[in-house]
Amino acid sequence: MSLRLKLAALFFTISQLFLIQQIFAESVHIAQSSSAQPAASHDDAIQKFVRADFAKRRAMLNQWPASIDELDKLVAYVENDELYTDSSGNTYIMKAGDKLFSYPDEQAITDWPSDLNQVTLVNTLHKALSFGQAKIKLQSTDASQRLAAIDILENNLDELDIKVINQLYLNEKNNKVKARLAQLKARIDFNSPDTLTKIQAVKTLKDSSRPDVLAIMEQALTQPNLNPELKAALVSAQSSIKTRIQASEWTGHVFSGLSTASILLLAALGLAITYGLLGVINMAHGELIMIGAYTTYVVQSFFKTHLSAYVDWYLIAAIPAAFLVSALIGMLIERTVIRPLYGRQLETLLATFGVSLILMQLVRMIFGAQNVEVSNISWLSGGISLTPSLMLPYNRIAIIVFTIAVLLLLVYLLNKTRFGLFVRAVTQNRQMARAVGIRSARIDMMAFGLGSGLAGLAGCALAQVGNVGPDLGQNYIIDAFLVVVVGGVGQVWGAVLAALGLGVSGTILEIGMGAVLAKIILLVLVILFIQKRPQGLFAIKGRFVE
Amino acid sequence: MKITSLLSDKPYSAIAIAVCFAVMLILPWFHVLPQDSALHLSAYWVTLIGKIMCLALVALALDLVWGYAGILSLGHGLYFALGGYAFGMYLMRESAGEQLPDFMRFLSWTELPWYWVGTQHFLWALALVILVPGVIAFIFGFFAFRSKIKGVYFSIITQAMTFAAALLFFRNETGFGGNNGFTGFKTIIGMDITSASMRATLCFLTALVLLLSFIGLRSLMNKPYGRVLGAIRDSENRLQYLGYRTLWYKLSAWVLSAVIAGVAGALYVPQAGIINPSEMNPVNSIEMAVWVAAGGRGTLIGPILGAGLINGVKTYFTVAYPEIWLLILGALFIVVTIFLPKGVIGLLERFKKEDH
Repeated sequence: MSLRLKLAALFFTISQLFLIQQIFAESVHIAQSSSAQPAASHDDAIQKFVRADFAKRRAMLNQWPASIDELDKLVAYVENDELYTDSSGNTYIMKAGDKLFSYPDEQAITDWPSDLNQVTLVNTLHKALSFGQAKIKLQSTDASQRLAAIDILENNLDELDIKVINQLYLNEKNNKVKARLAQLKARIDFNSPDTLTKIQAVKTLKDSSRPDVLAIMEQALTQPNLNPELKAALVSAQSSIKTRIQASEWTGHVFSGLSTASILLLAALGLAITYGLLGVINMAHGELIMIGAYTTYVVQSFFKTHLSAYVDWYLIAAIPAAFLVSALIGMLIERTVIRPLYGRQLETLLATFGVSLILMQLVRMIFGAQNVEVSNISWLSGGISLTPSLMLPYNRIAIIVFTIAVLLLLVYLLNKTRFGLFVRAVTQNRQMARAVGIRSARIDMMAFGLGSGLAGLAGCALAQVGNVGPDLGQNYIIDAFLVVVVGGVGQVWGAVLAALGLGVSGTILEIGMGAVLAKIILLVLVILFIQKRPQGLFAIKGRFVE
Repeated sequence: MKITSLLSDKPYSAIAIAVCFAVMLILPWFHVLPQDSALHLSAYWVTLIGKIMCLALVALALDLVWGYAGILSLGHGLYFALGGYAFGMYLMRESAGEQLPDFMRFLSWTELPWYWVGTQHFLWALALVILVPGVIAFIFGFFAFRSKIKGVYFSIITQAMTFAAALLFFRNETGFGGNNGFTGFKTIIGMDITSASMRATLCFLTALVLLLSFIGLRSLMNKPYGRVLGAIRDSENRLQYLGYRTLWYKLSAWVLSAVIAGVAGALYVPQAGIINPSEMNPVNSIEMAVWVAAGGRGTLIGPILGAGLINGVKTYFTVAYPEIWLLILGALFIVVTIFLPKGVIGLLERFKKEDH
């Protein structure tokens, strides 16, 4: 296989470097390898690596005997300074700087071996580790692994041989990988003394969106006596890369604005029902969000202890659980506290504030005042990296999708179902609705339950991106109210627009002037907006006085 | 006009109120008595009584807008704190002498921000105590009332305002001492702030201001002005149809209320010895509403009673059972609004009616 041959060539050039440093390196390693025990037969590759001496390690890296995952793990351990060993060659992992675990069974170790020391690699071996990783990844049939390999090579430009890269480029079938290899090639060519090659390289690099490439271009432009053709190419490449980087930055801002907006909307949707439709001002709404988040935490803990095999799928149970728990508590609040106060909004505000104090304190007494940890789900960690500088995290994307789904369901529920019809009837004309046989008290309770359940869903989503503590709801309640006030009473779409507007403009203001000032300015803007449109963005048209 | 009518319509309750105020005015001076005297009032108690009276003053201010004009403010903590900060800055300057206050020197500032210029003068500080809450309340109220923001909308916006202000005051670079606020006061017009006579004087002054505000507001509320406010609460539209410019009635009551709250804050700071942004925490402001509601809104004595009772209970519980205090406070909100819409005063009146 020619690819392998070329890689061997790549390694040959590197091993030239090795030879120079070897003598020095070996002397360091004699101490370590002399005490090493012969590798036990059941050792995995990482353990073998730890036990091995310099030459063996290099051989292992040159032709990694195990899977890519194993090598990735080894690289991660080394990069994070987590790999330790003792004089008898056992492998340990140090986590968070002070917690020692045995390897591979990951038992916490309380009394540390006295001869514990970190496995550090001399420079050459470190390079070999990187290239070993790149090599095994390049051989992979998975295109994303090959892309990861190019990432590694890109960080070690100086040691690359242009011929090897050329060969890789010619052999590559996947367009995406091929484009990346072209970029890599151009970056090496850029350093070539030949002006024509250089210009060609600049033209290829024009498609890049990496900040470091931009820096190289800018640096090259500062040099005196540039060839005019090269200069023109450089200028055009520089501006095109700059535009691309800016575009990616703004995409990032808009995305984080959308993400904030979706969280705001989730928090506000429930209010749009309870306040917007029923006219009940529920200051405990934030605490219903908080209860949704705690329900998520409880469900996750349950899965961890009882169903640990399915722990990654706990959300499937947590979403309905959060909805139900919050909805039930909401209905209970409606029955006991809100019903006696219907029509007296200010009193409702105060009474539900009392409820919020009680709920917060109860949660504090049950779960403690500290934040509890809702850990990330493995299939939601990571993200899509659009450009080298822009990554869209999966959990944020999931929340946006989730919000849209909830919104569509809600609109369907309100506009297309019998229950929605009843809710609308009761809110528009209670007397008439009762006259035609709608049990309005029951509808009130159900609708309130729906609004509270939506708060629970918001809590479940918030638990994925932020801290879960007793004060969680307090952080969202004012913003959520602003969304409903700006959006206009009785309008789900108004709330959507208001959340988008407040979320995106808030994020953009934050970039310009910091979070606090942005919040204050937004608040002033909202107050000014309400001056102009006291009824909010959308108001139900009609003639009525109070 | 009989002198008792200054305090209440009914002679008996007037006497009861008079006795209460007399006690409040005299009690501080027991602190000046020698320590071994049986009647000596400790510094803890005299400042506690003084602080609670300040809070009663805020409750009175809130009742003016909520109980009479029907405007529920959830942001009176803002005006309270503004008054407190204005006077607190005077105290800071006083204790710093010629230099800049400590917190500014820690930020290595070399000159005073423009808004603090002149605060070393006692009288200007007093003027600020009235002007700052007054002007801010005027600007905010003018825009809010002009566009007919009322009811819950208004309440939420006031809450958002105090929240925003708290965020602003938390920042170090805004010149309000950040997280720690103002503290470490030493003297007022050259006199030791911790001396017994100063403590007693401050407490006495608070009682006096409370009494004067009570009498002043009572007579104001019995005048046509007060009746118009009540009418605004009951039906603003009808009043407008009758030709009243309700904007100016509401606005003046709003500004007056803010000024009283500011004065309360200014009296509070030297007795508490500290002012920081937590006073603007929305929860504090909403708690003020429950004092008013518990005492009985729409009566002037009710809020004073409510603030005194609840803060007395709070002082006990936050020391003895800090965990359950929030539960009690929460329950209080619910019980008062559902079962005691007219507060303790309403309850007393109901008992009286049953007697007859």
